[in-house]
Amino acid sequence: MTKLIIDGHEIDADPSLTLLQACELAGAEIPRFCYHERLSIAGNCRMCLVEWVGSPKPQASCALQVRDIPPNRDGTPAKINTKSPVARRAREGVMEFLLINHPLDCPICDQGGECDLQDQAMAYGRAAFTRYREFKRAVEDKYMGPLVKTSMNRCIHCTRCIRFATEVAGVPDLGATGRGEDMEITTYLQQAIASELSGNVIDLCPVGALLSKPYSFTARSWELRKTESIDVMDAMGCNIRVDSRGREVMRILPRVNEAINEEWLGDKSRFIWDGLRRQRLDQPYIRQNGRLERATWNQALGLAAGKLKATPADQIAAIAGDLAAAEEIKALKDLMRGLGVRHLDCRQDGAKIARSPRQGYLFNSGFAGVEAADVLLLIGTNPRREAPVLNARIRKTWLYGNLRVGNIGMPPDLTYPYQQLGEGAGLLEQIASGDHAFARVLKDAKRPMLIVGQGALARSDGAAILAQAAQIASQTGMIGPPGSLAEGGWNGFNVLHTAAARVGALDLDFLPESGGRDVAGILNGAASGEIDLVYLLGADELDMSRFGRAFVIYQGSHGDAGASRADIVLPGAAYTEKSGLYVNSEGRVQLAERASFPPGDAREDWAVLRALSGALGQALPYNDLESLRSAIIADAPHFAQRGSLPVSPGADPAVWEKIGTPGKIDPDLPLKSAIDDYYLTNAIARASTTMAECSRMFVNPGRMAAE
Amino acid sequence: MAWLDRSARSIFLWDLVVGFYVGLRYFFAPKKTVNFPFERGPLSPRFRGEHALRRYPSGEERCIACKLCEAVCPAQCIIIEAEPRDDGSRRTTRYDIDMTKCIYCGLCEEACPVDAIVEGPNIDFSTETREELYYDKTRLLANGDRWEVELAKNLELDAPYR
Repeated sequence: MTKLIIDGHEIDADPSLTLLQACELAGAEIPRFCYHERLSIAGNCRMCLVEWVGSPKPQASCALQVRDIPPNRDGTPAKINTKSPVARRAREGVMEFLLINHPLDCPICDQGGECDLQDQAMAYGRAAFTRYREFKRAVEDKYMGPLVKTSMNRCIHCTRCIRFATEVAGVPDLGATGRGEDMEITTYLQQAIASELSGNVIDLCPVGALLSKPYSFTARSWELRKTESIDVMDAMGCNIRVDSRGREVMRILPRVNEAINEEWLGDKSRFIWDGLRRQRLDQPYIRQNGRLERATWNQALGLAAGKLKATPADQIAAIAGDLAAAEEIKALKDLMRGLGVRHLDCRQDGAKIARSPRQGYLFNSGFAGVEAADVLLLIGTNPRREAPVLNARIRKTWLYGNLRVGNIGMPPDLTYPYQQLGEGAGLLEQIASGDHAFARVLKDAKRPMLIVGQGALARSDGAAILAQAAQIASQTGMIGPPGSLAEGGWNGFNVLHTAAARVGALDLDFLPESGGRDVAGILNGAASGEIDLVYLLGADELDMSRFGRAFVIYQGSHGDAGASRADIVLPGAAYTEKSGLYVNSEGRVQLAERASFPPGDAREDWAVLRALSGALGQALPYNDLESLRSAIIADAPHFAQRGSLPVSPGADPAVWEKIGTPGKIDPDLPLKSAIDDYYLTNAIARASTTMAECSRMFVNPGRMAAE
Repeated sequence: MAWLDRSARSIFLWDLVVGFYVGLRYFFAPKKTVNFPFERGPLSPRFRGEHALRRYPSGEERCIACKLCEAVCPAQCIIIEAEPRDDGSRRTTRYDIDMTKCIYCGLCEEACPVDAIVEGPNIDFSTETREELYYDKTRLLANGDRWEVELAKNLELDAPYR
């Protein structure tokens, strides 16, 4: 430890810290533009200058390590002043230099009101006089794709965006050409940033040079109501802040959560909001003479209740969709169980995850646990598409540690190197039996982990693959001691989900009861006429043509596949319009707050189900969210511990043998990711024009050229 | 002798005489009243009357949708919505002022970085219904076009003090 006197306070700082971090520990606030705690240090903006008493020049505190600061000659600790006239004058000079070429267009800049340069100019700008007589520099705006808008006159060359693209996103698309005044940030050939994390450069940009294109000019930061929520576009449960004005969601930003998303957010999660305005179901509909006609709630609920009553329980089925919150899953389960329905399922994609202890379907290491791992085996998953923020964390671990990655499945572009073991699922047996060379690697590793994707589980032999993966986990010592990571525990068996609702539904046991049908069984039953009534709770990822003559009740927020097949449409709320609990892949329960109200006559989904139960004459025993949540906690007690990661109970053979069903694996059928098109995975994304444009540009570039 | 003085004044109705004298004096004095609305008193260039949105001499509207007036308005009577115009510039799609809420404080005018929203010298905008006082962008721009000469003159006169 090194002693320093910062602003008169003596502190004992870790030598590996930078002076800027040490100053913050001492309670001093250091202005900065280029420094960012999650990026490498550039030291080029010079805004963080502090005075080191005895040094001839002020020092850039972000680039100076505490270990490089020797004590004074007389042995007293070095004196650092952050608020002295020397430091202040130095920063004022830097600010003046920065403003030489920065245009005075704050009124038309979208960053206005939340701009680092604006704020720091208030503190360090010299308002008393100006020496700006020359013309300002003019730079041509660059094209960076459909998400990022540029206004390059405003750029102050902090290079945060370049460092983010190369270090975190892992795409070398951004760079700088020229030097000095001629330096320009560019995408070289005017191409779009081909990354699922490109939106984060908007947050990183300390000025208004990189801005959100869909959000441009529509709102000001001060007129937005900020609501803390949870993202449902993937199963990571990224923490988000929903900014809304009136009834409309204007933008979505990430919130810092070190354990989940750090401070990044995938593009789908960030730019989905225009899908929340389009294709909305704002009124109940009833199909009459083949057409969906507008109806009142009473008509729709009366008809639905009549149909549910008239149909024998054995011919009714219910499927929960991928975006549903725990509340409506619980309400639908109670409603259906009350009717005696056995055909319930939440696994729209047909993933073969059966009733099992929670470790059998969770991401047990936790997302932060990836950083502790040294070997990672990917089985039928492409984390870049299924959970881009998790992929950034894997990349970070590879970049700063010595993570070795092996992949079984179609070889994806993951932004970091990996060992391609093969495509067929037969490899799993070889690794489990120790015949494969990678089995040795896993055994020798200190903290090995594997990730099973939904692509591997949503096959007919998915249960056998899951069993085989659990086998590999217990054979190669992935299941370490019990307890959390901080206590020295380790559990390297991970299932990565793609649906935000899935883990919550599995926790609440929304699965077929004994003798009940799963999704494939329900579809077959509907086609053959054995299932007469299907209740879809926001389930749109099914083959709707296979419902045959079944009567379909669809409850959801968007007019997508489900609503166009439905006979009754009950309008529900999207995820920003209801207060709901979501469980992410790790098994972490998180609360999403309501940011706005559902449009028109649409209502919160649990309330719709409660009203339907009333119309059926079997009222559900909860009238408000509080009592519904108490009922959820009574079912699954871990819902009471919001925000905490489940603690690994260790290697209990009784548990690990129960995961999956051992069986025959088709060895030659290649494993592939569950997601083909990252931008269009759910009904909200399909309603979004921004996502459609991204999909056209990044996923199907050929089609755009043809048009 | 005070009583004698008092009685004499009351017997000769002296107060009445004084009263008539004042009336007579003002009868012959020059008149201060103006024949409103045909005649008007002078208005300061800073007078805060009816609002107007101004244009540049090229005809381009000045307002850039920075929403500072909306933010500063203490009565919250301004509502602005904006989006990029076809040429990519930042413009309002909606600029509403609820004149029944407005308190004519002039803060919008003061906040405007481009002198777009101004309070002009017009005071004759009373209406028969409340609805007519909910001004929209077309109305405000029309006001600007109608009053531009006076508005420009007022801004010029006030410029040294801003």
